[in-house]
Amino acid sequence: MTEQVSQKNLATVEQAQQLGLRIEEFEKIKEILGRTPNFTELSVYSVMWSEHCSYKNSIVWLKTLPKEGDKMLAKAGEENAGLIDIGDGLACAFKIESHNHPSALEPYQGAATGVGGINRDIFSMGARPIAQLNSLRFGNINHERTKWLVKGVVKGIGDYGNAFGIPTVGGEVYFDDCYQINPLVNAMSVGIAKVGKTVSAIAEGVGNPVYIYGSSTGKDGIHGAAFASKDITEDSAKDLPSVQVGDPFWEKLILEATMELLETDGVVGMQDMGAAGITCSTSEMSAKSGTGMKVWLDKVPMRQADMKDWEILLSESQERMLVVVRKGFEKQFEQIFEKWDLTYAQIGEVTDTARVQYYMHGELVADIPGESLVLGGGAPVYHREYEEPTYLKEIAKFDIQTISDVFIEKAINQNQKSAVEVAKALATHPNICSRNWIYNQYDSMVGTINQSTNAPSDAAVVKVKGARKSIAMTVDCNSRYIYADPFKGAMIAVSEAARNIVCSGGDPAAVTNCLNFGNPYNKEVYWQFVHAIKGMGEACKRFDTPVTGGNVSFYNQSSDNDAVFPTPTIGMVGLVDASKPHMTLDFKNVGDTIYLLGQSQNDIASSQYLVSQHGVQYSPAPYFNLEEEYALQQAVKKAIANNSLLSAHDCSEGGLFIALLESAMYRGLGFDIVKSDESLRNDAFLFGEAQSRVVVSVNTAHAANLEQIIAGLGVSFQKIGTVTSGDLRINGVSFGTIQDYKTPYQTALTNYLA
Amino acid sequence: MKVGVVIFPGSNCDQDAVYAFQHEFSCEVVTLWHKDHDLQGVDLVFLPGGFSYGDYLRSGAIARFSPIMQNVIEFAGKGGLVFGVCNGFQVLCESGLLPGALLRNTSVKFNCQNVFIKPQTNNSLITNQLDLNKALKIPIAHGEGRFYCDEQTLASLKTNDQILFTYCNEQGIVTPESNPNGSLENIAGICNHTRNVFGMMPHPERAVDADLYNTDGRGLFESVLQLASASR
Repeated sequence: MTEQVSQKNLATVEQAQQLGLRIEEFEKIKEILGRTPNFTELSVYSVMWSEHCSYKNSIVWLKTLPKEGDKMLAKAGEENAGLIDIGDGLACAFKIESHNHPSALEPYQGAATGVGGINRDIFSMGARPIAQLNSLRFGNINHERTKWLVKGVVKGIGDYGNAFGIPTVGGEVYFDDCYQINPLVNAMSVGIAKVGKTVSAIAEGVGNPVYIYGSSTGKDGIHGAAFASKDITEDSAKDLPSVQVGDPFWEKLILEATMELLETDGVVGMQDMGAAGITCSTSEMSAKSGTGMKVWLDKVPMRQADMKDWEILLSESQERMLVVVRKGFEKQFEQIFEKWDLTYAQIGEVTDTARVQYYMHGELVADIPGESLVLGGGAPVYHREYEEPTYLKEIAKFDIQTISDVFIEKAINQNQKSAVEVAKALATHPNICSRNWIYNQYDSMVGTINQSTNAPSDAAVVKVKGARKSIAMTVDCNSRYIYADPFKGAMIAVSEAARNIVCSGGDPAAVTNCLNFGNPYNKEVYWQFVHAIKGMGEACKRFDTPVTGGNVSFYNQSSDNDAVFPTPTIGMVGLVDASKPHMTLDFKNVGDTIYLLGQSQNDIASSQYLVSQHGVQYSPAPYFNLEEEYALQQAVKKAIANNSLLSAHDCSEGGLFIALLESAMYRGLGFDIVKSDESLRNDAFLFGEAQSRVVVSVNTAHAANLEQIIAGLGVSFQKIGTVTSGDLRINGVSFGTIQDYKTPYQTALTNYLA
Repeated sequence: MKVGVVIFPGSNCDQDAVYAFQHEFSCEVVTLWHKDHDLQGVDLVFLPGGFSYGDYLRSGAIARFSPIMQNVIEFAGKGGLVFGVCNGFQVLCESGLLPGALLRNTSVKFNCQNVFIKPQTNNSLITNQLDLNKALKIPIAHGEGRFYCDEQTLASLKTNDQILFTYCNEQGIVTPESNPNGSLENIAGICNHTRNVFGMMPHPERAVDADLYNTDGRGLFESVLQLASASR
């Protein structure tokens, strides 16, 4: 009964190359099929073997990341998103994903569909999304194109997330020239499911019907996965049809319908339509179960007439889901689809052939072993070569002695900048100032779970309704550090995420990553990738935060520009015991004592201060020691557990001064501190970004108690001053009042973008 | 008290309202599906926030034609209590149950933040227990919240004591700077002439749970429960 696959339009090696495949990959396809593929089959391979879907240039290294942990409910890559047990019979699903390339061309839709896609990854597992975060990178903020990108991306994320109705609770944004052509848009979603009620992307049970539901299928986004797998060039504007268009209203209806489907016993498996559309979901689901699937493409509800079979297969029209239904539940499912006014159709059924077979008007247009298409199956796996980047030599040349220190009291020579002036400049620096222009455009309070709105903390803390616990979540990556030293920089990214969770009163649990790099065929880029992965793995092991999955985005470089800074964004979640309020970052009362936990260092390397005030582009990553970091976090946890702290806030961009400023600003308070160590440079003390330091405040009557708790934990700590009613003083010198900083800090971004 | 929370396709604050009425104020709550015609004997209809029908035309413009709204309009006409927040307020204006309209914010941007509002009268279902001298911290989250009406309507709103809330600063002073969206005379919430239909842009249901460290919205719910139980 061997059916003959269509021999019309047999593919050529030229076509394969045009679709982004390599010559040897075309040969491999012929070998697998035992014949020359037709154009439809070639299209299917081209998207499934694209970097975006196959991880062919990264999987070797991704497998080295720690995946084991006692809370893990699914292994990395096994499901659409990471899944951890949070107790009380509940599971937390979470994942971060990039939408960089579409956002570079069409910021509004690119960012919006990124939000849509990541949320579908969460609810297609049976988890209801409860919170979203995002991590953004743009070029020089004074550039008109940057302003256009920022406004488009922020509006895209806002319009989609706000209408979808899930709060955006956290995020980060940096501006640097390296992102001028290639902005980065990484979106993260976190959801909650009942343990045992989650769904896998599987297609079991021969004869079970396969339904598509959600939006109808159009020609948008065809070859989007292939598009995301190449450098951005002048011709990229011609790829505009590769950018999809999002509709959050449909997504909301699909979410609610999906939640109702899951209340029945009829769901065998489901997957959303992301990159490579129907092709990807049908082949991945059947390959995972070792089954096959027959799909009648002409039954797919279409947005326009005369779509070709390969267009239907590759369309990345948004807001579509594929579900394998247990036979007998068809009617019940159709009633739910109709209740929510969704377009739907049965488009296929599960078979035992281990092949995906696509039909168009009765003709078999593609017939492919499912296994041969997917990651972990026949998709190519490459070991790429790498070599140490030459720019690291420039970095090694940095000598702090060539940088003249700032003065606090009076200048010794005329080269010295005033610390007060530098402090004021940093408070309005685009990488430091308030992000309110951005986050006020996001609904951060829908869902009534955001506990950080009125009690600000380093990580966002959200309440899990129906359980006495909260989840702390954060996204972090200082890519300048990673550029300077990928291994150490990636360790810092993981550490900062964990530190933010610890400073919020949480216990770091697990990681999702979004690995944004340049072209993997560039040996220096790949060196950055390999070393960042090694550093990330090292730190994740130390904090016992396994990597549950994520996304790789290569090719973030244009032909006429260098690659972006390596940007392996870390998304981390942690659990917070909700039996008492979470830890907050704001100083509480005048007269409270301020401590710096962790050691000050004579270090200004890779700081915003060094870059912006001295124009130094090449310097090493800041001081960091993984064991010191770990000890610091344990000390902070212990102090919080003992109810010793009134506030905790980590030192990051802008150093100690900015940390103090942020802690003071929320309640309009100030600080009076002293630098007692004469051997420390003023700039290193105030603005250096040496890691593993946390500013805490404590009721002065309890200061001795805090010292007792921390003594013996191997963490250095120092009483540096007190909270004031609004004056800022350092070594007795006035730095003005908090009001001098508050308005400039809060309005800087608005002014830059005007 | 039995509360009915209407769910339009695209509503997304419906469950927040259900949670507030049920968990914080122990009310009996039912959800009312937009395609239905049955109000299930509720004492109060609550129209939640969100983006009904996607709000692609104009906020609330489609929702007013939904089947359930025909019953809500009839219910209100007979004196039934109807309370709309954010998109619910927009739907009430579109359906003619409340005067005026909600236009795009003057910033032309969606705006989510805590704002302060000041109750202007105790003579309403949702303000009767409130201290008229105290500013309440209540969050807003909208792109089209600029209240507007013609001069005649404004005059009658004032004459009939229909202005329930105005945007103010933390000290309770109504200033141009404290107006987050350009609303006429800082108006944040109103009621109808017969004082049984209420609408406001700020979200009181987002400020009732002590776990979120802001309970300034509780007074509105306590007012509702107080008066509603007294009238039964």
